[in-house]
Order: sequence, then structure tokens, then C-alpha cells
Amino acid sequence: MKSFPKILFFLAAAMMLMLFIFPMWQITLIAPQYPKGVTMYIWINKITGSEVGTLQNINILNHYVGMKYIEPDDFKEFKYFPIVVIAMSVLGMALAFTGRWKWWMGWLILGLIGCALGLYDFYQWEYDYGHNLSPTAPIKVPGMAYQPPLIGNKTLLNFLAKSWPYIGGWFIGGTFILGSIATWLQKRKTSVA
Amino acid sequence: MKNHSNQLQHFLLGLLAVSMLALASCGKTNQGANTGTLGGNAASKTYVAPGQLDEFYAFMSGGFSGQVSVYGLPSGRLFKVIPVFSVDGEKGYGFNEETKPLLNTSHGFIPWDDAHHPNLSQTNGETDGRWLFINGNNTPRIARIDLSTFETVETIEIPNSGGNHSSPYLTQNTEYLMAGTRFSVPIPQKDVPISSYAQNFQGALSFISVDKVSGEMDVAFQVLMPGIDYDLASCGKNQSHGWAFFTSYNSEQKNSLLEVNASQNDKDFVAAINWKKAEEYLAQGKAKEFPTNYMHNVYNESTQTATSTAKKTVKVLNPADCPGLVYFLPTPKSPHGIDVNPTGEYIACSGKLSADITVHSFANMLKAIDKKDFDGEYQGIPILKFESVLGGVVKEPGLGPLHTEYDNEGNAYTSFFISSEIVKWKVGTWEVLDRVPTYYSIGHLMVPGGNSTKPQGKYVVALNKITKDRYLPTGPELTQSAQLYSIDGAKMELLLDFPTIGEPHYAQGIAASKIVPKSKQFYKLSENKHPYMIPSEKDTKVVREGNNLHVYMTTIRSHFAPDNIEGVKVGDKVYFHVTNLEQDYDVPHGFAVMGANTAELLIMPGQTETLVWYPKKEGVIPMYCTDFCSALHQEMQGYIRVSPAGSATALKWWLGEEKQVQ
Repeated sequence: MKSFPKILFFLAAAMMLMLFIFPMWQITLIAPQYPKGVTMYIWINKITGSEVGTLQNINILNHYVGMKYIEPDDFKEFKYFPIVVIAMSVLGMALAFTGRWKWWMGWLILGLIGCALGLYDFYQWEYDYGHNLSPTAPIKVPGMAYQPPLIGNKTLLNFLAKSWPYIGGWFIGGTFILGSIATWLQKRKTSVA
Repeated sequence: MKNHSNQLQHFLLGLLAVSMLALASCGKTNQGANTGTLGGNAASKTYVAPGQLDEFYAFMSGGFSGQVSVYGLPSGRLFKVIPVFSVDGEKGYGFNEETKPLLNTSHGFIPWDDAHHPNLSQTNGETDGRWLFINGNNTPRIARIDLSTFETVETIEIPNSGGNHSSPYLTQNTEYLMAGTRFSVPIPQKDVPISSYAQNFQGALSFISVDKVSGEMDVAFQVLMPGIDYDLASCGKNQSHGWAFFTSYNSEQKNSLLEVNASQNDKDFVAAINWKKAEEYLAQGKAKEFPTNYMHNVYNESTQTATSTAKKTVKVLNPADCPGLVYFLPTPKSPHGIDVNPTGEYIACSGKLSADITVHSFANMLKAIDKKDFDGEYQGIPILKFESVLGGVVKEPGLGPLHTEYDNEGNAYTSFFISSEIVKWKVGTWEVLDRVPTYYSIGHLMVPGGNSTKPQGKYVVALNKITKDRYLPTGPELTQSAQLYSIDGAKMELLLDFPTIGEPHYAQGIAASKIVPKSKQFYKLSENKHPYMIPSEKDTKVVREGNNLHVYMTTIRSHFAPDNIEGVKVGDKVYFHVTNLEQDYDVPHGFAVMGANTAELLIMPGQTETLVWYPKKEGVIPMYCTDFCSALHQEMQGYIRVSPAGSATALKWWLGEEKQVQ
């Protein structure tokens, strides 16, 4: 394990575990009477807020337009995502020792597919919350849906909704960047040899 | 009688001359301000742009309103009126079950008092932003306000006192609060002729200890003094820490027409009390336990409820048994304000009928005590020689000096009631440096930190007694007012007039940075241990115990749960225990019931409060949220069905769909 690419690939795989230390995504709602914004953090296994009552406060705001309550217990993903992440990370760290760049590339592609599926799942949830509104909602704006952006900023009635990857998410980006560099270095090294 | 009217005439003539002088000096010193045209940049000095925050908090006594008002400086904007000694329907204070005990006294529930002297807690002689104490003058009490919540959290009654005026001035680590009686009374109280004042009346000076961690107060001991009027107090600082000083008047010991009869002696006394020595005497068991009755009321932030405890005894020290405990410092002309300077060496005493300010020296006082430099004694208490304790005299600075505050550059600012002005003078050289008129008739004055070892300077606030033509008229009763002056430069400059609630006696100022970081935003539901708190809508219920109905209710934007209740009967006593489930900043809910003989509830997020209602007639009674909480606030309402006594209407409650519960 003295080769630099191997160490790099090992680190890239290990970095995935940062998802357990930092939230991967954040959604912030900003309005004049919420000068600091209301921020919801999405983790690999839970949802938290910038303050004690954030989730309750978002649910209170959402109920005016008839959105479903966000209940962390509703997300089966919080049960199996952590297992997938740990499995991928352990596999990646194990593969690092083999030094086989093709396996590494395979692992990276597998990871990218996983991320794409994860984002698609996230989009599905957002779509569901944003469109599946209660028919008895106090505030009904014809044609209006409240789906927050997958990534980026969007105005929803009086709120500006901002949806961006957060520290955990940045580390996943790091996983792919470092993993790709490691794979490329290893490929070059292997072909020179 | 003839003598009296002659004296009165002389006095009135004197006053006339004085006020003419004062008017003349107004004209000379600050012509512009009187007409409202201020110096060029005065407005910009008090301008706090929209969205910006003030640099200082000012806590002003509400005087006969019984409350404390909170202002920002330099803007003069009013932020909050904190209910302390008077009920406040706006906040349900003294009306809801949780705060009623705070107004309990040995005379029963009292809905009002006269609040005079706010004092901020200090550590090492500096304001620390933890608590604000204020005295109730009429029915002697002290209250403690928690500066993380800006709520009154404790009141303690002062036994054996007849008017808690020289209070609650505090020691430099808030070890003790002073509580000297203005009116001496028989101790213990008894039925005696009023004219037996000299034989039967005594004055109790109480020392109220403050727990360092909880802030909780206790009457540690009292010093039983001769029956005269103890007016104001100030505690030693640095080298004089360990001593407390009280001004007094009526050394003549008169009980009628005091304005004349108590103004005869050329000098009255400042009582200097060595409280460290008092602690030694207490340890030696020199105190006597006197039977008495007083109430101690404490609000518990965890249970969000105040409870009252009746106390039955108090420890009393008699100066006759405790040599070295008390000395009298002769001080001219019925001294009123007394203010120890930031170094602790000088004690400015304002003889309110004098033209001079008398300043005693602490070092001289110690020397005089050492040398037994006495000038006889008064009722067994040694009188120190005036010349031996005197530190200096500010000669003819104005008329009717009342109070002194200090800045951080060795200057003093004294208010003059009769000549209606603030005079700036130099501590040590006693020279008058500057003077500005006040509009009108200033009482106390306040420099932020101006009674501590670390004054913050910058501003002096005049707390005036009369406004006359300064504001739009509002019938015979006019607003009270404060005036803000800059003291940055060599010359004081009037910056701003602003109205105050009640009569502002004393005030305290403190840098906002000492308070803002610990200001609570809401109560955490998880820490709410109110006995009738419920943590969620699932737990709402109505429980009947005989004629008592306990409604466990919740509020959240924008509904009550339950909002329909049936089975209430005429003759019931209904307790609405309302828990505000919100956990966000600035989302209180209100709660009011038609016909309830009480005030609304105003419930902060995470708080539980209780309204008691006696339904008297059958019918369907509306209730609603009184605080505009949300877009659907107007829909935040409900009904309570009241059935005749003894009817069979089932007890039911619901939110949304009517359903059979139980």
C-alpha cells in the first residue's frame, strides 16, 4: 500500500463515510420575516434543521398550501441508504489494495449510478411533496406547485427556496474527483510498467 | 402657626427667586434647545436607521405605574414594559395562575405598587447583565427581573419597613441589596399615638442577600436604627467595599407637616454601615430573631409557575450591641441622593435644600473613626465630626441638588431639581465644568454604568418630573419624559426628548452586547415541566374533578386543540392550561374567553399558562387567539358549550371532526 494512487483511491472510498458526519444536502427557505432563513439539512439517515423546531416550522409553513407533513420516519431510504454507503465505502477501500484500475473504474461507475438513483429518488420525493397537495388546503393558487428545485434557487410564493449540496455532498464530489485521479494515475502507471 | 406661615413665605419667596435665576440661566446656556432647533448634528447622533440596533439598553422605573420600561439608546425607542409590581392585562401578568403569586404580600394580593430604583446586578463593580432589581416603595418589596427573559421572576417583601425607598442599591458583587425604610414605624407594629414617634418609632435598614448562581433573594439581616426617614442609599466600591451609606432626613423626628418641621436642623445624617462587621456580629450570634410576617415569591422557569412562601422571622442587629457597626456623618440640609464615585473614595451627598454639594471622603471617614473624632452621638450612634469626614464641597453649582452619576474620566453629573439643570463637575477639584438646562425639573439622572466602577460614559439621561409644553397636550395628565444628552465632548449637548411610562425615577443603562447574546428566543418544550403541560396535540384532554374542569389545550398556527368543548356546566371552575407548541422565535399565541372575569393569556412559544373561567350562564361561548399569529389567525377560534348545572351533557372535545372521545 505504498503506491500513491492506491492511497488516494483508499481515501476517496473512505471519504464517503463523511456522509455520517455531515449533512449531504440543504434546503433553505428565505422570506422577509425569516431574515436568517429556515434551513433543513438532509443527511444519509435523517433530516435536521438549523434550530430545534425547524422541521416543525417548515411543516407549519407547508400546511397552508396543503403539503404533507415531512416525517423522517416516512423515508425508508434512511434505513437502507446507510447500508449501501457503508458497503460501497468498504468495497472501495478493499479494491484500493488490489491496484486494479479497471475495478476502480467499475466501482466509480457503480457509485455514479448510485448517486444518480439517489438524486432521482430525491426528485421523486420533492415532486410528491410539491404536487400531491391536500384538497382542503387553506391557500390554493391555481396551477401552482411547490416542488423545490433539485439543485439551484426557485421562488415559491413568498419564499425563495435554495437547494444545494452541503458538506457531506461535497465530500461525495471529492470521492469521485479523487477516485478518478487515482484511477487515471494507476492506469498510467500500469501501462508504463 | 404664625411661625410656620412665616417660614413658608420665606421658602416660597426663595423658590421664586430661584426659578427666575434658573430661567435666566436657561436663556443664557441653551437658547436653541428651548425652541426645538437643535444644533446641526444632534439628530444624526440619535438616529438609528431602520433595521439597525441601539448601542445601549436603558431600564427605567415606571414610578407609580409599578413597572419597568425598556428603551434603546440613543434612539429613545420603547421596546417593552416589563410588568413587575402592577398587574398587566396585556401580558396576563397577575391574572394568570402562574404569575399571581408574584403579587402576594403579608397583606394579601396587591395589584399595584410604586417602583423607583432599578439596579443592574454587578460583578467586580461592573454591570454583568444578569438581573435587574427594583424596589416597590409603598408595600415594601424588591423584585428581580431575569435579563435572559425580561420577566419578573421573584419578589420579596421587606418586613419591619414602612416604605422601601432607599432600595435596592447593591454591593459590587451583588452580595446584598439595600432596603432602608423611608418611613419609620413601630417595630413590631402596634397601636400607639402617632405623636409618640420619638419614643416608639424605629427605622429598619435591611440587607437582602442574593444567591450568586440562582439570584434568589433572602432577608439576611436588619439593622434597627433610630426613628428617622432613610432616603437613599449607595454602596461602597473598591476600598470602600464592605460599607453602605444611607441618607436621612427628619432628624427632628417629626410626624406632621414635615416639609417645614423636618427642614429645621442645619444638618441631618448619612448613616455609614459596616456590613462586613455586621456579618461578624451575625456569626457571633449577636442578632435577635424578631417574629414578623412577610412573603417570598419565586417564579420557577422550569415549572413556569410562581409559588409563595410565608416567612415568620427576621434577624435583627441592634447598633447598641454592635460597636463599630454604624456611624453618622453630619450632612447639610436634608440630604437626598447619595452616590459613591467609581473609585470608591468619594461619597457625593445632595442636600436637597442646599446650594452646595457635600462630598464626604471615605479615607477621611476611616481616619476619623480611628481617632474617635466624634461630635457627640444621636440616639446612641456616634456622630463623626463634619470637618473630619468632609472631602470637598462643590460651591454653589445650582439649587436643589438631587442625584449624581459619574463618567469614566473623573467627572460627575448632578441633577438640580429646583434650578432644573444638570451640572458637570470635576471630582477632586470640585470645580464646575459645564451646565445644561433640563425641561423640566429633573429628578434622577443616568449615565450607562454611571453608578458602577466602570461607567461607559457617552450619554447622560435626564429623568424629568414635569413636561408642560414639551409635547402635544393630552388633557390635564401629561406624559413623563426623559432627555438624552451627549457627554462625549467638553460641553454637554441635548440630543433628544422622549416620553416615558409612569414617572421615571432612577434608570440603568448597559451596553446591549452584555445582554443580547443571552436573550432567550423561546422556551424549549422539552424543558417545560409545568404540571399541566402537554407536549403534543395527541395529549389534549379535558378532565373533570368535581366542579373543576381542567382543559389541557395546545396552540399552534393556526388552531387550538381542542377548539370545541361540550359538557361544561354553570357553576364549574374551568382551568384552561394552554401550551404553545410553537418552537420558533416571535410566535406567541393569545387566548381569551368571552365573559371571563380576567385578562387574556399571552403564551410564548414552549410556554404553558392557565386562565381560570367561571361560566355563569348557559349558552355557547366563543374563544379566540388574541395575538395576530399567522395568515389564518382570524380562523384561530373555537366554542365552549355551557349547559345548566346538573344537566346530562356529555363531556366531549374535538378538533376538526367531532368524535366520541373516552
